[in-house]
Amino acid sequence: MRKTTRKFLAATAGVASIALLATACSSDDPKPASTGDATKDSKPITLTVATFNNFGYTDELLAEYTKTHPNVTVKQTVAAKSEDARTNLTTKLAAGGAGLADVEAIEIDWLPELIQSSDKFLDLNSDEVEGRWLEFKTKPATAADGKLIGYGTDVGPEAICYRSDLFEAAGLPTDPAEVAELLGGDGATWDKYFEVGKTFVDKSESAWFDSANAIYQGMVNQLEAAYENTDGTPIPLAENDQVKGLYETVTGAQVQELSAHLGQWSEDWTASFQKNGFATMLCPAWMTGPIEQNSGGITGWNIADVFPGGGGNWGGSYLTVPAAGANAEAAKELAAWLTSPEIQVKAFLNAGTFPSQTEALTDPALTDAKNDFFNNAPVGTIFGNRYKAIKVTPFKGPNYFSIHQTVGDAITKVDVDKSADSAAAWQGALDAFNALGL
Amino acid sequence: MSVQSPVEPESDLAPAPRQPRRVGFSQTLSRWDVKVSPYLYISPFFILFFITGLFPILYTGYVSVHKWQLLQGQGDFVGFDNYVDVFKQKDFWLSLRNTLSIFVISAVPQVIAAILIAAFLDQNLRAKTFWRMGVLLPYVVAPVAVGLIFGRLFADQSGLINAWLGAFGIDPVRWHVDPLASHIAIATMVNFRWTGYNALIFLAAMQAVPRELYEAAIIDGAGRVRSFFSVTIPQIRATVLFVVITSTIGGLQIFDEPRVFDSAGAGGASRQWLTTTLYLYNTGWSGQYNLGRAAAIAWLLFVLILVIGLVNFALTQRIASGSSSGPGKKVKRQSKRYDSNRTSA
Repeated sequence: MRKTTRKFLAATAGVASIALLATACSSDDPKPASTGDATKDSKPITLTVATFNNFGYTDELLAEYTKTHPNVTVKQTVAAKSEDARTNLTTKLAAGGAGLADVEAIEIDWLPELIQSSDKFLDLNSDEVEGRWLEFKTKPATAADGKLIGYGTDVGPEAICYRSDLFEAAGLPTDPAEVAELLGGDGATWDKYFEVGKTFVDKSESAWFDSANAIYQGMVNQLEAAYENTDGTPIPLAENDQVKGLYETVTGAQVQELSAHLGQWSEDWTASFQKNGFATMLCPAWMTGPIEQNSGGITGWNIADVFPGGGGNWGGSYLTVPAAGANAEAAKELAAWLTSPEIQVKAFLNAGTFPSQTEALTDPALTDAKNDFFNNAPVGTIFGNRYKAIKVTPFKGPNYFSIHQTVGDAITKVDVDKSADSAAAWQGALDAFNALGL
Repeated sequence: MSVQSPVEPESDLAPAPRQPRRVGFSQTLSRWDVKVSPYLYISPFFILFFITGLFPILYTGYVSVHKWQLLQGQGDFVGFDNYVDVFKQKDFWLSLRNTLSIFVISAVPQVIAAILIAAFLDQNLRAKTFWRMGVLLPYVVAPVAVGLIFGRLFADQSGLINAWLGAFGIDPVRWHVDPLASHIAIATMVNFRWTGYNALIFLAAMQAVPRELYEAAIIDGAGRVRSFFSVTIPQIRATVLFVVITSTIGGLQIFDEPRVFDSAGAGGASRQWLTTTLYLYNTGWSGQYNLGRAAAIAWLLFVLILVIGLVNFALTQRIASGSSSGPGKKVKRQSKRYDSNRTSA
């Protein structure tokens, strides 16, 4: 038999067994959290931590925990891609929590969905972690009843990464401080960013930025309530003037002229790093990794401590503790330790994941950190400043990503596919929004 | 010779059952053994099939008539609302169009190419095993790896294929924009993976064709092409049927290739290459997390595969029997006569 046949059977089997287990287990209440400090018991336990990509949790770092908690052994399982981890987590949660790790890492984008099932997670509120993060980090992980389901690990404060060699060729300043000033410094606006872009493309073969969707992403993350009211009800897209305004900006002729017309993460996007495809990128802290990977042999990248429209956050992760775990309380303690400022600074030095803990920002190990590839840009200081500049906590309700995709698809049609003009693609987004049946 | 062996042995069996006077328990046992044991021996398959095949299919039907979220679980009974919702979705109809289009572009050339490759491999080649293994090699490559490699080849601007086309002065094809182009690209991945596999199945069938038939055809003056159409094809009819049915099932469930065709996995901004299984997955496991609706899609897909499978079954039977009547049959009959002459001599 062909493998696809089996896959179909497996998929249907999966649906059914998930459903079956969900009904079988939904009547069980999550185990009441054991009282008292679990780690005071001398009973040896093993805690598993499930992460993805690279959280910077090395074996040595995890062994440190065993030094202070001799009865606890920490094991880590790492999924290569976050989507794999996500499917694993949601499927097993739906099945009642069996087989999950004691500590499960999640991305900020999964929270609108997970927060609806906050009863499946342990409440992580405690005095110890009070005030450890800025509000924009804790708020998405906080349920309506005040329950905190995730401890923040890293964040994605956004700066502007730019190609100083292309800037020089086009007669623009190359020094990071001057570039930041050129883009408007503390008062940087999107209009200013596009205006400088115009002067750049007039003198250069390269485009100003990589993808209109990335720009839109940066803009929409600065809105308090982009697609939904803060009570969770969706705003009809046809009446959403805020979003329509942003859409018209990025698909308008003036901004389209600056775009390299690439879809982020596509083959063409990856290849264009080598072809001087574009001169600037919106650059969350974690983006420095992919840029370095894709730009082998290119020496001009640098980072300007500036971001249009104030600060912005893109991405970042959390650690959660599934309530069904046998050692949930001990796992909570471990998660608190892993997300403590000291440990996250170590993780940052291991993997470049920028810590979300306010205290970590003043740690000399962080402020002194430099990135060789970006011409020794002081990444610790830059992203620390960008982190402090984040003032808005965008509200993302259960339908955020469904609606975001309708607008994102429309922008792709105009910017990358060029299969529709701005007005026709917007109509397509409205149709897709209506088809969601919200 | 086995082909034309007469059905005589039955006559030997007729007078055999002579009732003994008293039936001992051991004899009852052995009778049960004869009657029941075969079912017992094949039962593991059916028990497994029931657990992993039939039950999930029925349970999916149960899920499809309820409101059902991935994380929140079962909701109210809603009758056929999920089905009605699916029919109302533009994406569903688009996905059907894409699935059928990719299925036709992949399955038809795939089966034809597989038969031709098998016919070549059936000749007396040097280093037979090498060629046969070579044909199977693409099948060993994981589908996602195939997707990644072909994703590079079919990139719109930086892809190798567009570069080659450019060398011949042909405008670059927009593989990720134009629906038909994207279907061709995905069908290419599917064909890359499955053609060799099917060729080996055909080869096995071809090798079971009695060589005498070919000898007879050659004596009757048939060329290679003629004996291919008049001997090989009619003889491997059952296998053609099998391959056509399995490629129908597989072709209508194409998932990996369109999923990895771009980084978003949503089937393109205009859903140019959204297949029905991909739509099913995205409905149930990303975005909406609506398992009820996904189950409804699964059932609709099941019915669609059943219908197209039956149509293909009928078509293949007609084509295969059509080509074996007429000149083909004559060759066969003659060879039979020739053969029986030889055995009697």
